[in-house]
Amino acid sequence: MNVLDIHDLSIALPPGAERAEAVSKVSFNVGRGEIVCLVGESGSGKSVIAQSVMGLLPKTLRVAAGTISLLDENITLAKESRLRQLRATRMSMVFQEPMTALNPVMRCGDQIDEVLRFHSDLSLMQRKTRILDIIREVALPDPERIIASYPHQLSGGQRQRIVIAMALVLEPALLIADEPTTALDVTTQAQILKLILELQKRHGTGVLFITHDFGVVAEIAHRVAVLRLGELVELGARDEVLKRPRHEYTRMLIGAVPTLKPHGRAVAPDAALVLETRGLAKTYSERGWFGPAREVRAAQDVNLQLRRGQTLGIVGESGSGKSTVARCIVRLIDPSAGEVRIAGADIATLGARALRPLRRKVQIVFQDPYRSLNPRRTVGEAIIEGPLNYGTPRAEALERARRLLDLVRMEASALERYPHQFSGGQRQRICIARALAMEPELLVADEAVSALDVSVQAQVLQLLEEIRTRLDLAMLFITHDLRVAAQVCDQVAVMSKGRVVEYGPAEQIFLRPQHEYTQALFEAAPGRGFAFGTASAST
Amino acid sequence: MATGQMMERVARNLSVRIGASVIALMMLVAVAAPWLGTVDPSLFDAGSRDLLPGKSGDITTLEGETLKHTFLMGSDSYGRDIYSRVIYGTRVSLVVGIATALLALAVGIACGLLSGYLRWLDGILMRFMDGIMAIPAILIAIALVALWRGSIVTVVVAIAIPEIPRVTRLVRSLVLTIREEPYVEAAVALGTPTRKILFGHILPNCMAPLLVQGTFTCAFAILVEAILSFLGVGLPPDVPTWGNIMAEGRAQFVSFPHNVFFPGIFLAVTVLAVNILGDGLRDTLDPKMAKRV
Repeated sequence: MNVLDIHDLSIALPPGAERAEAVSKVSFNVGRGEIVCLVGESGSGKSVIAQSVMGLLPKTLRVAAGTISLLDENITLAKESRLRQLRATRMSMVFQEPMTALNPVMRCGDQIDEVLRFHSDLSLMQRKTRILDIIREVALPDPERIIASYPHQLSGGQRQRIVIAMALVLEPALLIADEPTTALDVTTQAQILKLILELQKRHGTGVLFITHDFGVVAEIAHRVAVLRLGELVELGARDEVLKRPRHEYTRMLIGAVPTLKPHGRAVAPDAALVLETRGLAKTYSERGWFGPAREVRAAQDVNLQLRRGQTLGIVGESGSGKSTVARCIVRLIDPSAGEVRIAGADIATLGARALRPLRRKVQIVFQDPYRSLNPRRTVGEAIIEGPLNYGTPRAEALERARRLLDLVRMEASALERYPHQFSGGQRQRICIARALAMEPELLVADEAVSALDVSVQAQVLQLLEEIRTRLDLAMLFITHDLRVAAQVCDQVAVMSKGRVVEYGPAEQIFLRPQHEYTQALFEAAPGRGFAFGTASAST
Repeated sequence: MATGQMMERVARNLSVRIGASVIALMMLVAVAAPWLGTVDPSLFDAGSRDLLPGKSGDITTLEGETLKHTFLMGSDSYGRDIYSRVIYGTRVSLVVGIATALLALAVGIACGLLSGYLRWLDGILMRFMDGIMAIPAILIAIALVALWRGSIVTVVVAIAIPEIPRVTRLVRSLVLTIREEPYVEAAVALGTPTRKILFGHILPNCMAPLLVQGTFTCAFAILVEAILSFLGVGLPPDVPTWGNIMAEGRAQFVSFPHNVFFPGIFLAVTVLAVNILGDGLRDTLDPKMAKRV
């Protein structure tokens, strides 16, 4: 008997959507004690499948055909009351963002207790023991303290453990995990994946694991189902799919995953110095009315050098200070100490007027393509904004915008259109064109490809690489993703807790990491054992 | 989202359609008042006092001629035609409502932008606004009109002042959110001057909530104007406003309720229409609301 059987499932989208069905004729199953990974890019319908199983589909979507069976019980058209009984007892779900999955005004212990109270008739004492047991089982330290804590008092990884504890406290047969580690740092992700594997093995839970990350797939899956625009294009055992993908879409996806091997491009060691920071530091201090000021040292003593035509990567987890450094260099925030030398001139303490002529030498591309462009301005207006600020005549600026769009491989007709008419990848190209319109010497990419699907990410990375070579730019590349860093960087600085812990040529950092933090970071990178990016070449 | 697409969605909303058509009708009434079978609203005739709706009677023009006139909504205790006064009263209410909304928005936007973008000014300006908010709106309005004598301009200013802090707070909170958006940071990196960032990037993205706030301010102003007139501290009693007509009719409400009833209906319908329009705008312009529908 399978835990979950999905047969010929079709889910209709409301009329007027870009396609008729969110999910079309998808069939697969999850056996007892099995982990099935549902992989796909954004819009592939993978989350919709999870929602349909849990009975949590948005009102605008409906199951058009097919059946969903949980432990041989057809729940496709089950009543809300029956679904409520099944949730938590036979199937549960873990969401991407643990902070929003937990109630911020309830203690963690009470939230787990709520599940027990609704679905079991255990006494208060029994429930208390059960909560302590499950907290210990998800390997949270000091269970008594955790139970009495509110979600905001815990770290992201701890919160996700609480969510997992809630999901598994009644030992459901099916666990649906919807991108449960996407919002977490790579070291935390590794721990959570290990925990899910352990618990799943111990309880024989069937897991439907939704992810976009092939590294995670390689770590955790028994079987893999690949979705593309609502259709199941490939289903098979993990090694089969990852090593010998049959469908060309799967091949493309796996081929687009960057390898962890550094590219080993030769660099000119004596090119002109574009960026140099000396003792750069940023301290945020919060002055209260009472008591001493609270200080947060976001970055300390950062010394970096970047030469023309080279790419320097800053790698680190969230809160490591890598974005702070980037924003100090672009002078979106003012450094508290140290120097930022752009082509020799220190800009760290320049006033707004003196800074103006130097601004154009440093441009930045942000992470979120959906928020990086003013929704009320055409693409053309966005690209020419900078040159207009520096006195370029409008016609000339527009002419250059056209050439830049060509450079980032977009049609010139895009000039007249608004950002919402473009996909994430296209918007990121527009942002790159906007930055290039200033003819910068240094391009800062702050997690510029992190929000993109893997295939789009590969294209944008290639584009950045091309532009850097063609225009002989210096590029500062901020990322949390080691694979991306390996692909583009010549030099890498690893940051942790506001400090650069290791800094050197990419080859050396990737192949012979010295600092224990760097080693831990590599250790945690999902799917290390798999040689991604080469699979497509061999088939 | 592009403006065109947004307008299309707004125009399809039922609340917007209902609210806007009623307001459009009211505006038409206000503009076309002289041609709607009305007489000069200040005319009176001692012989036609306290007529019931639909009764005919005499009315004396300014030149001293006596005309036959049908009092559709009756007449008041001076023998004035209530129908004419209510119709002409529409002009006052709409002008006060719209002018107040525009004034409160203009000043509020200026203060909000300054407060949200210039950190040093924030504390001073917002504490001042808190001060205004601590005094009941009607009380400020009454005090100001009493100070300046009633005229359309003073009434508008008096009602707008207590509304300014609300708009300021709204704009400030929007600016604080939008200034953190990457597209604003990108503009900073592109060397865009602060003034251009405020008016080119931040303000256009505040417009939707401001439009909604504007409709609510407008409805509130129409109500407050009527209240002020009713209390006798608004426009002079001979100016035909709905509040004045109701105030006039209050003394004999039991025997002649139409004096209060008809202007009351107009007031209620107009305020309701403006509020419905505001609700519709909020539903369509606010992305959070749109998703819920």
